[in-house]
This record gives sequence, structure tokens and C-alpha cells, in this order.
Amino acid sequence: MIVVDNVSKYYGSRRAVADLTFEIRAGECIGFLGLNGAGKSTTLRLLSCLLLPTSGRISVRGFDVVTHPHEIRKLIGYLPDTPPLYLEMTVKEYLDFAGRLRGLEGAELNKMRDRAVRLCSLKEVLLLPISQLSHGYRQRVGIAQAIIHGPTLLILDEPIQGLDPVQIVEMRNMIGELRGEHTILLSTHILSEIEATCDRILVMHQGRIAAQGTEDELAARLLKTRSLELEVRGTAELLTAALAPIPAVRKLHVTPHGDTVVRATIEVDDAAREQVSRAIFDAGLGLLSMHGQSTGLEAVFLQLSSSGSGQASARPAAGAEISA
Amino acid sequence: MSNIGIIARRELGGYFRTPSGYLIAAATLVVQGLLFNTRALGTGARLSSQVLIDFLRDSSGTTTVAAVLLTMRLFAEERQSGTLTLLFTSPVRESEIVIGKFLSALVVLSLLVLASVYLPALIFVNGKVSIGHIASGYLGLLLVGAATASLGVLGSALARTQLMAGVLATVLIFVLFLAWALSRVVDPPFGTIISHFSLYEKHFFPFMRGLVQLSDIVYYVSLTYLSLFAATRVIQSQRWQ
Repeated sequence: MIVVDNVSKYYGSRRAVADLTFEIRAGECIGFLGLNGAGKSTTLRLLSCLLLPTSGRISVRGFDVVTHPHEIRKLIGYLPDTPPLYLEMTVKEYLDFAGRLRGLEGAELNKMRDRAVRLCSLKEVLLLPISQLSHGYRQRVGIAQAIIHGPTLLILDEPIQGLDPVQIVEMRNMIGELRGEHTILLSTHILSEIEATCDRILVMHQGRIAAQGTEDELAARLLKTRSLELEVRGTAELLTAALAPIPAVRKLHVTPHGDTVVRATIEVDDAAREQVSRAIFDAGLGLLSMHGQSTGLEAVFLQLSSSGSGQASARPAAGAEISA
Repeated sequence: MSNIGIIARRELGGYFRTPSGYLIAAATLVVQGLLFNTRALGTGARLSSQVLIDFLRDSSGTTTVAAVLLTMRLFAEERQSGTLTLLFTSPVRESEIVIGKFLSALVVLSLLVLASVYLPALIFVNGKVSIGHIASGYLGLLLVGAATASLGVLGSALARTQLMAGVLATVLIFVLFLAWALSRVVDPPFGTIISHFSLYEKHFFPFMRGLVQLSDIVYYVSLTYLSLFAATRVIQSQRWQ
């Protein structure tokens, strides 16, 4: 569907993105994750035929962005970080205008407008001027204009920017409904959105792809430490005494749970989990349960951002921390 | 509907939904009326054809100012509000965007020019001027309006803000306005060549006197075409930035 081959973009001598190479399959929902200035918006603008790559090649459904931009524009719906809204128009007039620009007319225009209005829950504000709408509704109108022509590729740049928590949930549900019908690319620096919405993640840092894959793949590849929840029969002192000497245990937090049971949260090098269970048995304690917590995209992201490349550091920067 | 029609219709809505279009129209008509009473009619007895000529001369100025005011927002405002992105990511050609916007301004400007026709009608009823003279003058006004509006579109395409767009268009128009004065101080053949670029004296004054010449029509149409062509090239380069 989308092939990006060794693409770089420079503004004068300033590098915006460099050596981008990735492929996106039809129907995927891809999240571009990165800090502000990481190159997410530049990448999406390159794909939307709004920027010429300085070098490299981008093709969408076999059409090259440089030689066939007009064909690609027919395939895409684009929501920039600021929705392109004519405030003096009503929602209906605006959507009709956006639809006509994409070649819709008559009954087909009405049908596609009704679909966009339904998906974006705009029915109650359809006849209001856009200037009277709240930020959340304006964002929805922005998405409605992007999907009105049923584009193959939907590109959403920071779609949840400035929304309150309720609106974020609504936006997430809306994007969920659009999945499957469109190939979706969205950018955000909010981790929970990527986790909740996307099939695959491209983490960008300083204009480069720092890592890509599903959340679990990234965690498995990049996180060398794991957070474990333990439930042990014994005392907090005995458990601390058993685990503290293990160098691979980086953090230990023990809390009593009743008279004879304690619960502990530890961070441990992935390879040393067996060593933990053996130490508990050797101390004469009873291991009731041991399970790993979700490693979290946040940890992956922070690690990539701090390392500045896909080669994540093997050990966290913080030293061992033990508390009981 | 063609893309040009779709864009022109939206722009027309922009003029009539916001106060700016009405303000420009009201201000132009008020100034035109004042100029007619104070300068064209004057205080003493005058030939009615001279009154019409003076009215048309003043109207070419008000039409030019209205053209700049109407066009300076066309691209600059959209650039500031971010709505150009919608046009740039749609399968619409740059020439269609430029022509659609220009046509909307031209329609409003033409309505504005024609709205002043009651003033020469007064001269026609109370004096002795021919309908042909009035028609010639209004054809000239419409051509001046089209040419200056196209320069306004070019200014708006080049500028980041509406103010800068207005300044740029004014400078372009002023250069063509001063071509006549420049041609008088430059020796032939260069002086003669420069005189052909004159926006008013060389090409509008014949219309003002009731004379319709093909060379004047070709001048205004060419100027309009070249300005819109340049604006299209500017938008083409901006679409990829």
C-alpha cells in the first residue's frame, strides 16, 4: 500500500527526517509516536503530497508522490494538526464543499456526507456555523472532511490534540469504527492513544525511525528488565533478605498482606527470573504467585527517546532501589 | 460542477457571509458618490460628456482600490487560518484554485461596478451623453477591475498576511500606474515601450472618452492572464512546501 524508501527531508540545512524506510499494508492502523519535533508531522506531510522529499522515494498504491501527486490526492483524506475549517460555513456546507472537491456529487454526495456525519456524531450540529462549535466538535468536523470521500488512506496528524478526556475516548471509539474501512496513519505523542488504537507503532526520534513493531514486539526486543508481582508466604524482612543480594534485582518494594503473606513488586533483569524463585525457595519462603506486569509502551518510548536510536541500552539508568 | 465553480461558489459565500464584502461595497459606493458630486459635477456649468469622463476617471481609482481590498484575503487569509491545506490535499489543480478565487472576486467587483450605473444614468437623463459612451466606460472599468484584481490575486498568493498582500498588490499597480509618467522622461524608443505598460492613461483613457480599441482590450486581457499565470506558478511552488 505505502512504500517509503530511504526518504530524507531537509529544510535548508536543517534535517527534518532522515533515511526513513518502512512499508504499510492495506487496512493497517499505524501510529507514529514521538516527541514534539521528532519528524512525525513531516512524515505525514510527505505522504500527503504536501512536501517534496529531498531524497528517496515514496509510493502510495504504486503511485509516486513526486510524479503522480494528483492520483495520490484522490486516495487520501488528511487531517492536519489544525483542522482546515472555514468558520463562517455551517458543518453541512463545509462537508459538501469538501466532498465536491473530491469529486462527489448529487445522491452520492448526500450518502457519503450522511456516513461521515454518522461516524463522527455530527448530526446535532450539522446546521450550525463551525464558528459556534467547541474544539472537540471542530476536530470531528476535521475528521469528517477527511473521510467524506471514503479515502483508501486516512492520515490524521495529532487527532486528539487539545481534547478533554471524554472527547479523547469518543475520538478513540470513532477511530476504532474507521479501522478496517481505511488504512489509517495517525501521529501522537500520547502513549495511551497509540496503545489503544494502533496495530503497529513507528517510534520516531530526531527525524529517524527509532523502532517499529507492535507494542509487545517492541517491549520484547528493547526492554531487558521486567517488572514482577510476587505473593509470598513469609515476612517482609525475610523476603527482602532473600532478594536484596541478587544483583539482577533492580527495585524491590515489599508490602505486608495479612499476617503471613507479603506482596512484592520487583524489577529484575529478564534472564534472572529463575534466580528470584530459587532464592525464595532457598530462604524457606512459599512462593504463592509470580507474574509479570505489562512492560508498557512508556518504558519502551522513554528508552528509545533517551538512547536516540533503535539500539536501546540494556540496563536502565537508575540504580537498584530497595524498600520494604 | 467544475472545480473552478466549486471554489468560486465557496469564495462568493465568504464575501457575502462576512461583513468584509458589504463593508468594501458600501465604502466604495459612498466614495464614488462623493467623488461624483464634488469632482465630476463640480460647482460651475460643465459639459455632460466631461462630467461622465471625470466620473469614469475617478471610478477607475475606486474600482482599483476595491479590487485590491477584495482580493488581498483570497490566499493570505487561508494561509493564516490553515484552510489552504484542504485545497492543497484535494485533487484540484493549482490553476483551478487560482481561477476559482479570481472569478469570485471578479463577480463581486463587477456587481460593485455595475451598482454605480445610476450615476451616469443621471447624466444621461439630465444631459447629453450617448449610451455607447457609458457602455464603453463601463467596459473599461470592468477590464481595469479584472486586471487589478488579478494583480491582487498575485499579491495574495505571494504574501503571508493580508496586509502584506494589499501592500504588494498596491506596489504592482503603482508601478504600472507610474509607467506613463516614466515614459515621458525616458527618451524614445524606450519611453514609447514603457508607455505601453501604462495601466490607466494609455489604455483606460480611450474607454473613458467612448473609444473601444482592440489593443486596449488585448492589454488588459494579457495583463490579467499573465498575473493569474504567475499566481498559479507561485501556488504550485507553495503546494510542495
